[in-house]
Amino acid sequence: MDLLNVSNVRRCFGGLVAIDKVTFKVAAGRIQAVIGPNGAGKTTLFNLISGLLLPDEGVISFKGKAITGLKPWRIARAGLSRTFQNPSLFMQMSALENVMVGRHLRSQSGFWRSAFRLAGQRQEESAIRQAAEAQLAFVGLESVADAPAASLAFGQRRMVELARALATEPELLLLDEPASGLNTGDKIALARLILKIRERGVTILLVEHDMNLVMGISDEILVLHNGVPLAEGPPAAIQNNPEVIKVYLGGDFQHAASG
Amino acid sequence: MDEASLLLQYLLSGITKGSIYAVVAIGFNLIYSATGVLNFAQGEFVMLGGMVAVSLARLVPLPVAVFGAVVIVAVLGCLLELLFFRRLRRHTVLHLIIITIGLSIVIQEVALHVWDEKVRALPYFTGNEISSIRFLGAAISPQAVWVLGTVGVVVVALHAFLKYSLAGKAMRACSSNPEAAMLAGINIPVMRNLSFGLSAGLGALAGCVISPITSTHYEMGAPLAIKGFAAAILGGLGNPMAAVAGGLSVGTVEAFSVMLWPAAYNDVAAFGIILLVLFFRPEGLFGRRAGQGVREH
Amino acid sequence: MRDTRHQLVWLLGIAGALLVVRYSLRALDMEYCLTQLTMALYYSMVVLGLCLVMGYCGQVSLGHGAFFAIGGYTTAVLTTAHFDRLARSPIGGWLQDLHVLVARQDAFGHPAISFNPWAGFMAAMGLTAVIALLIGYPALRLKGHYLAMATLGFGLIVNKLVLGTAALGAADGINGVPRWTLLPGLIVSGRSEHRVANFYIAAVLLLVVLWLLRNLVRSRIGRALLAIHDRETAANAMGINTAGLKLKTFLLSALLAASAGVLFTHYTGGIGPSESGVMKSVRYLALTAAGGMANLWGACVVSTLLNYLSLRGLFGTFDHAVFGVLLIVMISVAPEGPLRPIGVWLRAQLLRCKPERRPSHGPA
Repeated sequence: MDLLNVSNVRRCFGGLVAIDKVTFKVAAGRIQAVIGPNGAGKTTLFNLISGLLLPDEGVISFKGKAITGLKPWRIARAGLSRTFQNPSLFMQMSALENVMVGRHLRSQSGFWRSAFRLAGQRQEESAIRQAAEAQLAFVGLESVADAPAASLAFGQRRMVELARALATEPELLLLDEPASGLNTGDKIALARLILKIRERGVTILLVEHDMNLVMGISDEILVLHNGVPLAEGPPAAIQNNPEVIKVYLGGDFQHAASG
Repeated sequence: MDEASLLLQYLLSGITKGSIYAVVAIGFNLIYSATGVLNFAQGEFVMLGGMVAVSLARLVPLPVAVFGAVVIVAVLGCLLELLFFRRLRRHTVLHLIIITIGLSIVIQEVALHVWDEKVRALPYFTGNEISSIRFLGAAISPQAVWVLGTVGVVVVALHAFLKYSLAGKAMRACSSNPEAAMLAGINIPVMRNLSFGLSAGLGALAGCVISPITSTHYEMGAPLAIKGFAAAILGGLGNPMAAVAGGLSVGTVEAFSVMLWPAAYNDVAAFGIILLVLFFRPEGLFGRRAGQGVREH
Repeated sequence: MRDTRHQLVWLLGIAGALLVVRYSLRALDMEYCLTQLTMALYYSMVVLGLCLVMGYCGQVSLGHGAFFAIGGYTTAVLTTAHFDRLARSPIGGWLQDLHVLVARQDAFGHPAISFNPWAGFMAAMGLTAVIALLIGYPALRLKGHYLAMATLGFGLIVNKLVLGTAALGAADGINGVPRWTLLPGLIVSGRSEHRVANFYIAAVLLLVVLWLLRNLVRSRIGRALLAIHDRETAANAMGINTAGLKLKTFLLSALLAASAGVLFTHYTGGIGPSESGVMKSVRYLALTAAGGMANLWGACVVSTLLNYLSLRGLFGTFDHAVFGVLLIVMISVAPEGPLRPIGVWLRAQLLRCKPERRPSHGPA
């Protein structure tokens, strides 16, 4: 079953065509990557899928229903979550509180029940806290649960943001350059983590520059160049695609593939 | 007076008031462009101009009093920037607006204590309160001609200054791209100071020239600031010349609104314009479409 | 459960404090001060609502005085105007049977038929809700300073309408507002024999509001508000209906301000146009900032204290100027509230090291 269906999407900014004729599907349970040189339109694509931008043309559907034009929060509630290229944690809160915000859409207590602290609300609060702690533990950061977000290192912020997105219990998770700024050891840990996430039943779509990571864990890769799809297929096919090599991978990759 | 002349009368009164709003709006725009601050105390400059001129006029001839008031208030504007706003650079725009609102209240109260609550007015520049000039069937006070004339000269001079003079071009550069301007060797702090001084001086001039018609009292600053703001956003923030169109529109709408509802609700027109513009076309008539990020997603 | 015991201790402490205040004023033969204190407590209710909207949700409102006035004027008009013609109609008869319309004596001693204060309160809530939604929906989509200007514009319109309408008393406002029986024995009224009881009523109501808001702020809703304040886009991406939540918060704070207005009007027996003016709205803003933007207790304490002093005339002719200066100082020196920098400074003094600067962060 196709979880995500992107069909003929086009988006311009002023006179600049950022994305054009982009069509692809993401099947459930897969890890799919979108790669391409800088300026290829990858983050724009993510912004279009997650609802932060409106496409000029084209349709995006999730679980069979069109989500084009829906506000980001509705898309999140449908089961599609994302992380951002620059970790966007809530700086006034602790790491745990950040992850607890991720539980917002899986909980119910509104103004009345929260203001009067009715019994159901108190139970829900502790359930939220426990679920958040579990997610933080999953990414290995339970030790910094109460640290203010502003005091965390860059890599830790990344992980907390990931935990927060996981807390929303998504069916599809969009990861925007999750490995950027990490050292090799952290990247390996990240790869393992992404595989574990897939084991939980979450489908993953990621944008990434690190070719080792991408080739290592992806089931399917889409290559974008100047906003237009260049090639699509499993890692082996992409690595051997002459156009892709010419435009993007080039000599550097031949070296990395063998390394 | 027949229907057409009545309408013309309203129009003229609207344009006269509107030109004052235009000057306040220009002041808003100058400071906003150069510093990003919406200076709510703009209206107080107008009030101070009138007040200072009235006090000076007891000692020196009228033209000297007006000139003196403009210079004094302009210097005050520069001092405000130097001693006060310069220290607040790290604050968000919102904080700065709130601060300028507080500032306008403080200036108002200081004026109350310096000059007391009595209403004052400068003498008519030419003629007096009953002299009038007939114009196409409507009567217009000579002072109104002074107002329109002064504002007209100011607008033309400002336009020429911004377009053709080096300092003016430097100011425009500052507002569109401060970093590039700095790299080009433009002295940003001086430009900011200049914008404050210029706005204050222009406001003071407006305050002097309108004083015989509307009188000057310590509380006149706030409504003027708000109507000037309405004019500024109607024209589109950041565009000093569009502010003129904005000001005249606000003044005209206000004058004609007397036909729709009782005079007591007069001000509601201007305030309503603020809401309408902000809700439906925040970039104003001449601004760029949502370029400044007025709305959230 | 530890939290419940904690709260019980607080409750006893506050009850004690109230008794201390009341009896020390009696001992000093200054019981008349309770009047201004009661009024100050009602003003603080407005500030609490503003604290929620501005401090937690990060949305500026420069027009909250207008909501206070809408509440007060609605109930004032309904409880003092003559509705004799309505009373004679079939609906009127029915309303009279339900005691919604009551017979009373107006300010001149003539018989009149007006609405019961409870009806005034309900109507005030309804009208405020409608206006808050109408204004809030478009306004809250605006950013920072545009929102500030929109709410300022709204406040000014209400002010001008109230000043210019004879039916609303124009510049004199409305007087002769009757007392309001909340419960048998609990009457909101300005008469001196009710003075002490009214002080307790105001204090208890304020504390209840404080407790409710405190619970709200520590819940999932409170986190969502902080998230919106911090990074609205990310909050949206996490499934939070940011526009809806901002509107609900704004609505809640408007209803709080209007309730305070209704209570205040029945307590003082009248309302005037100055309550809707820019000066009052700026004052609420200044007090919210001075109490610590996101500090409910701070807002309560600072607001009650300063409003009380202002009502006692301590600031003399500088009354407005004081709040103007307060606003400037608070926002320039400590935009997130004075308590944290003071705490940081104190800790630094105690530890004898350089105070670290938290990243300065303001509303969008």
